[in-house]
Amino acid sequence: MFTVLLAIGILVLLSLIFGAILGYANVRFHVEGDPIVDQIDALLPQTQCGQCGHPGCRPYAEAIANGEAINHCPPGGQVTIQALADLLDVEAVPLDGDHGTENAKRVAVIREDECIGCTKCIQACPVDAILGAAKQMHTVIADECTGCDLCVEPCPVDCIDMVEVGVTAKTWSWDKPQGIAATSLNIIATDRQAEVTH
Amino acid sequence: MQVGKQQTANVFSFHGGIHPPENKAQSLQLPLGRPSLPNELILPLGQHIGQSSRPLVKVGDKVLKGETIAINNGFLSSFLHAPTSGTIAAIEERLIAHPSGLSDLCIILSPDGNETWTTLEPLNNWQDISKTDVLAYLSEMGIIGMGGAGFPTQVKLQGAHKNPLTHFIINAAECEPYITADDMLIREKTLELVLGIEILQHLVEADNIVIGIEDNKPTAIAALKSVLTERNSKIQIAVVPTKYPSGGEKQLIQLLTGKEVPSGQYPADIGVLCQNVGTCVAVHDAVTLGKPLISRFTTLTGDALKNPQNVEVLLGTPVAHLLEYADSEPKKLSRLIMGGPMMGYTLDSAVVPIVKTSNCILAASKKELPPPAPEQACIRCGMCEQACPASLLPQQLLWFSKSQEFEKAEHHNLFDCIECGACSYVCPSSIPLVQYYRHSKSSIREAREANVKSDLAKQRFEARKARQDAEAAEKEAKRLARQKATSDKATDKKKAAPAKPAPTAAAAPVTSDESKKLKVDIAIGKSKLKKLQKQLLEAQENEHVEEINSLQLQVTDQEKTIASLEEQLAQIPSAAPAAPVANTAKASPAPVSDELKKAKVDVALIGVKLKKLQKQLIETPDDQELKDKISAFETDLKAAQDTVSKLSENTQASTSTSTAAAEPKASISDELKKLKIDAAIAKAAVKKVEKALKKAEEINAPEIDAIRQQLKEAQQRADELEKALANPEATAPKAVPAQAKPATNLDADAIKKRKIDLAIAKAGVKKAEKNIQLLKEQGKDEAEINASEWPSKLKEAQDKLAALEKDQAAETSTPSVAKEASAPAATTNIDADAAKKRKIDLAIAKAGIKKAEKNIQLLKDQSKDESEIEASEWPKKLIEAQQKLAALEANESAPAATPTPASSPAEKTANSTADSEAKVEPEMDLATQIKKEKIAVALAKAQINKLNKRLENSPEDANSIRQEIGAAEKRLQSAETLLEKLIHSQTNMQENR
Ligand code: SF4
Ligand code: SF4
Ligand code: SF4
Ligand code: SF4
Repeated sequence: MFTVLLAIGILVLLSLIFGAILGYANVRFHVEGDPIVDQIDALLPQTQCGQCGHPGCRPYAEAIANGEAINHCPPGGQVTIQALADLLDVEAVPLDGDHGTENAKRVAVIREDECIGCTKCIQACPVDAILGAAKQMHTVIADECTGCDLCVEPCPVDCIDMVEVGVTAKTWSWDKPQGIAATSLNIIATDRQAEVTH
Repeated sequence: MQVGKQQTANVFSFHGGIHPPENKAQSLQLPLGRPSLPNELILPLGQHIGQSSRPLVKVGDKVLKGETIAINNGFLSSFLHAPTSGTIAAIEERLIAHPSGLSDLCIILSPDGNETWTTLEPLNNWQDISKTDVLAYLSEMGIIGMGGAGFPTQVKLQGAHKNPLTHFIINAAECEPYITADDMLIREKTLELVLGIEILQHLVEADNIVIGIEDNKPTAIAALKSVLTERNSKIQIAVVPTKYPSGGEKQLIQLLTGKEVPSGQYPADIGVLCQNVGTCVAVHDAVTLGKPLISRFTTLTGDALKNPQNVEVLLGTPVAHLLEYADSEPKKLSRLIMGGPMMGYTLDSAVVPIVKTSNCILAASKKELPPPAPEQACIRCGMCEQACPASLLPQQLLWFSKSQEFEKAEHHNLFDCIECGACSYVCPSSIPLVQYYRHSKSSIREAREANVKSDLAKQRFEARKARQDAEAAEKEAKRLARQKATSDKATDKKKAAPAKPAPTAAAAPVTSDESKKLKVDIAIGKSKLKKLQKQLLEAQENEHVEEINSLQLQVTDQEKTIASLEEQLAQIPSAAPAAPVANTAKASPAPVSDELKKAKVDVALIGVKLKKLQKQLIETPDDQELKDKISAFETDLKAAQDTVSKLSENTQASTSTSTAAAEPKASISDELKKLKIDAAIAKAAVKKVEKALKKAEEINAPEIDAIRQQLKEAQQRADELEKALANPEATAPKAVPAQAKPATNLDADAIKKRKIDLAIAKAGVKKAEKNIQLLKEQGKDEAEINASEWPSKLKEAQDKLAALEKDQAAETSTPSVAKEASAPAATTNIDADAAKKRKIDLAIAKAGIKKAEKNIQLLKDQSKDESEIEASEWPKKLIEAQQKLAALEANESAPAATPTPASSPAEKTANSTADSEAKVEPEMDLATQIKKEKIAVALAKAQINKLNKRLENSPEDANSIRQEIGAAEKRLQSAETLLEKLIHSQTNMQENR
C-alpha cells in the first residue's frame, strides 16, 4: 500500500515539476505572432498582385493558414505550390486557373513621353516602384518592380506596358536533362522485340 | 646546397579522380603559332565574373593597341583594352562563348593592321610603392584569373590577406585532356612566369611558394627547374601524378598541402592562395612591360584540325578564324567545344570570340567524341562516389536533383561539386550527372535571387503599408479634432439660442425673422462645411494634393463665415431697431466680403423661396395670399440685391484703397465666382418663369400678366447680377498694378498656362486642318465641308492661337504689359484648376480615341466585314470618345477665351463665360443622349442586316431568325422614336435660347 502511495506521490510530484517547467518555458520562450503564417508568407512570391483574391501576399498567407487552398497564387506558380505543400504537408495540386496563369517574369515600363503625370500608377503600385510627381513624367524602377500589373489599369492614357524580362547570359540557367529517354528503354534488342509483340 | 631538395615539395593525394585518355600530344607537335589579324575583333564586355565593364569608347573612335576601351563597373569587375590598333566599328549584341548560346554586349574593333602600340607605362618601381597601388594597377591592366572562372585578380589578392598565408600555389597542373596551353606557356615564357610569381609573392608574402605541375609535362618541368636554379629561387616545384582533376583548385591545394578547404569556404580561409600560370605571366607583362591583358595562349586541337597546335591569340579573335588557321576539315567536325572535353561546353556557332578565359578550342570528330549514350536508370553501383574528387555522393545528389528536392541536395553539399564530370565519366548508366547538378545549382541560385527580391518587395510593401496607415491615423485624428471643434460650436450656439428670445420680446417680429434667417444661414453653412470636410477627407485619402489645398481653403472660409454669422446672431438681440440685413451690414463694417457673402446668400435664399411660391402659384393660380407673399419676397429680393451691389461697390472701394491687396483680391475672385453662379441661377429662374408663362398662356390663365411681371423682374434681376458681376471684375485690373509683387507669382503660372493653351490651340488647328483635308480626300465637295463643323473649328482654333500668341508676345516683350495682361489671368485663376483638369480629361479622351481607332484598325486588318466591326463595341466607343473630346474641347475654348482681353472687354468675357457655363451642360447631356441613340439605331440596323444575311445563308432556321429580326426591328423603332424625341427637345431648347 505504501509503495502504491509512494508511486502516486512521486508521479504527482513529477507532473508538478514538469508542468512548472513547461509553464515557465511557455512564458519565457513565447513566440510573438503566428509563426506558420510567417513561414507561409516567406514562401509566397511577394508580388503583392492580389490575383489570389487577397489584398497582398500576407493576407493570403493568413487565409492559407486558415485552410484556403494553396493553389491560388499565379506568380508563384507550381514551385510555390510545391513549397507550400511541403511546408503544410498537404498534396501539391495544380495551379487554379481561375486566378490566372503562370507567366514569364515581367516588369512595367512607362512610355514616358505619353505620361501625363496623373500619379494614378504611383497610388496603385504596392511596392513603391514608380517614381514621379504630379504633372511630372513618371518612371518605373525596374529592379523594384514585381511585375504585378496593378499599375496598368489605372493609367488613363494607357502608357504602361508590361515587358517580359528577357534571359541574358548572366541570368541564364541550365536546362534539366531529358531524363531517361523513351528510346533508352529498348536499348537491348530483345526488349524492343518484347515491346513489339506486346 | 641541396638545390634539388629545395625545389621539390611533398605531395599528398585527394579522394577519387579518373584517368581519361590524355590526348595532349597532338597539339604539342607544332611550335607556338601566331595567327594573322582577323577582320574584326569581338570583345565582350563581360569576360569576367561580376559586373560587365562599361565601354569608354564611342563607335568610330580610333584606338591604339593596349588602349583602355572599357573600365570596371564596380568592385567585382574589370578593365578591357584594345588588342590591336584600329577603329571601333560597333558596340552591339553579339553571340558570345557561353553554354547558353546567347549574345551579350560586345565592342567590335576593326583592326587597321598597323599594330601601333599606345604609350606603355610599366610599373618599374613596384617594389617601392604601396601594395594597394600595385593591385589597383593590376586591375587597370585588366588582369583576371585565366584558369577558368575569370575572377578579377586584384580582388583575389586582396582576399588573400584574411589569414596569414602559408602557401602560395601556382597552378600548372593542367589536368584536363587535350589542353596544353599552360604547358606551352611555361615552355615559352619560363622566365616571365618566374618573374611574375616573384611580383605576386611580393604582394602576398606567403611562407611557401609551390608550383604544382602534373608529371606529364617533363619539358616544362625541366625548363622551370633550370630557371629556378639559375635564379637561386625559393620557389618550389611539386610534381603531381597525372590524375583528373588534380588541376581543380581545391584538389591541388589538397595535393600540395594535405589540407582540405572546408565546405562553403575559400582557400584564403585556410591560408592558401592559388594562381594560374597564365595569370602570373600576365602580371609580369603588365608590371614590367606595361602591357595590359590583350592576348592569351590557347590550344587548338581535335581530329577535325589538320594542324592542331597552341597559338598566342589576340582576345576577340573569332573561333572561325582560328579554325581556318589550323586547317579545319568541316566534314570531319562534329562538335566544337570551348574548353576541354570534361568541363567545356559545346559551341553552336564558330563566330564567337576568344575571351580571357578561353584555354582550348576542341574541334572533335564524331569518332573522337561520340554523342552521349542514352541515359539509363541509376543502378546504385557507387562508381560515381568512388570517382568524385569532392567526396560527394553523386547518386544521392542525382536523386534529389531529379525530384527537385533542392534543399536536400544542398544538405548533401551540392555546392561543393566542382562540376568536374568525373562521375558522369564513370557512370555505367551514362547518366549526365553534371548536367543535373548544373541545373539544380542554377535553380537554387535563381530561387535565392528571387528570395532576395521578394524580401525586398515585402519590405517595401510593408513600409508602404505602414506609411499609409500612419497617414490614415493622422487624418482620422484631424477629423476627430475638427468634429470636436464643430460640436463645441454647436453647443455654443445652443447655449446662445435660449438666451436670445427673452430680450427681443418687445422687438419687432422682423428681428426674430432676422435671427431665424441667420440660423438658417448657419445651418446651411454648417452643412456646406460638413460637405467640404467630407470632400477634403476623400481628397486626402486619395492623395489629390491640389484639391486638398483648395478644399482646405474653402473649409477655413466656411468656418469663418459660420463664425461671423454666429457673432451676428449673438448681436441681434441687443440691436434695438428692426434693421434689415443691409443696415446691419452698413452699421457694422465687419469684413466687407463677409457681408457681401451673406447678402448674396440672402438673395439666393429669397430667390429659392420665390421660386417655390411661383410654382405653387402655377398650381393654384387664384390664391391671393400666395401672390401677396410673392410680391413681399420680391421686394425682399430687391432689397437684398441692392445690398449686394452696394456691398460690391464697397468692396471695390476697399480694394482700390488698400495697398496690401492680397486678401481682398482673393475675395474678389471668390465674389466673382459666386456672382457668376448667381447670374446663372437668375437666368435659370428667368427661363423657368418663361416656361410658366407659356403654360399659363396655353391654359389662358388670368395670371398671365402677373407672371409676365415676374418674368420682367427676374430678367431685371439677372441683368443686375450681370452688372454686379462686371463691376468687381472691372476693379480687378485697377487692383492688380497696385500689388505688383504678388502678381509676378501669378504671372509665372499664367505664362505656363498660356503656353499650354498655345500648344493645345496649335494641336487644335492641326487637327482641324487634318480633318478638313480628310474630308477633301473623301471627295466631299466644298459645300459639305463647309457644312461640317471643322472649318468653323479651324477658324476658332486659329483665332485662339493668334490671340494666345499675341498674349505671349506681349508678355515676353514688355514686363509692364505682362502685369496688365496678368490681371485677367488672375481673374481666371479660379478657372486654372478647372482648366488643368479639363486638359487632362482631354488627354484621356484622346487616348481613348486612339485606342478605339487602333482596335477598329485591328479588326479591319483581320478582314472582318464592316457589319461585324459595327457590331463590335469599338465604333461605339470611338464615337463616344470623340464626342467626349469635342465636348471637352468646347469647354476648353470657353475658359481659354477668357484670357484674351486684347480682343474682348472683361465684361463681355465674363458674361460669355457665365453663359456658356450655363448652357453647355444641359446641351451636352442632350447631345450625348442623341448620339447614343443614333448609335443604338445604327447598331440595330447592322444587326438586322446581319440577320438578313444569315437568313439567306441558312434557310433552315428561318423562323427563329425572323423572330430575331422582328425583335431587332422593334428595338430599332423604339430607338428611332426616342431619337426623334430627343432631337425635337434639342431644337426646342435651342429655340428657347
Ligand atoms: S497571387 Fe501570389 S503574389 Fe499575388 S498577392 Fe496573392 S500571394 Fe501575393
Ligand atoms: S511598377 Fe506596376 S507592375 Fe511593377 S510593381 Fe509597381 S504596380 Fe506592379
Ligand atoms: S561533377 Fe561533382 S559530383 Fe561529379 S565527380 Fe565531380 S565533383 Fe563529384
Ligand atoms: S555511377 Fe551512375 S549508376 Fe553508378 S551509382 Fe553513380 S549514378 Fe548511379
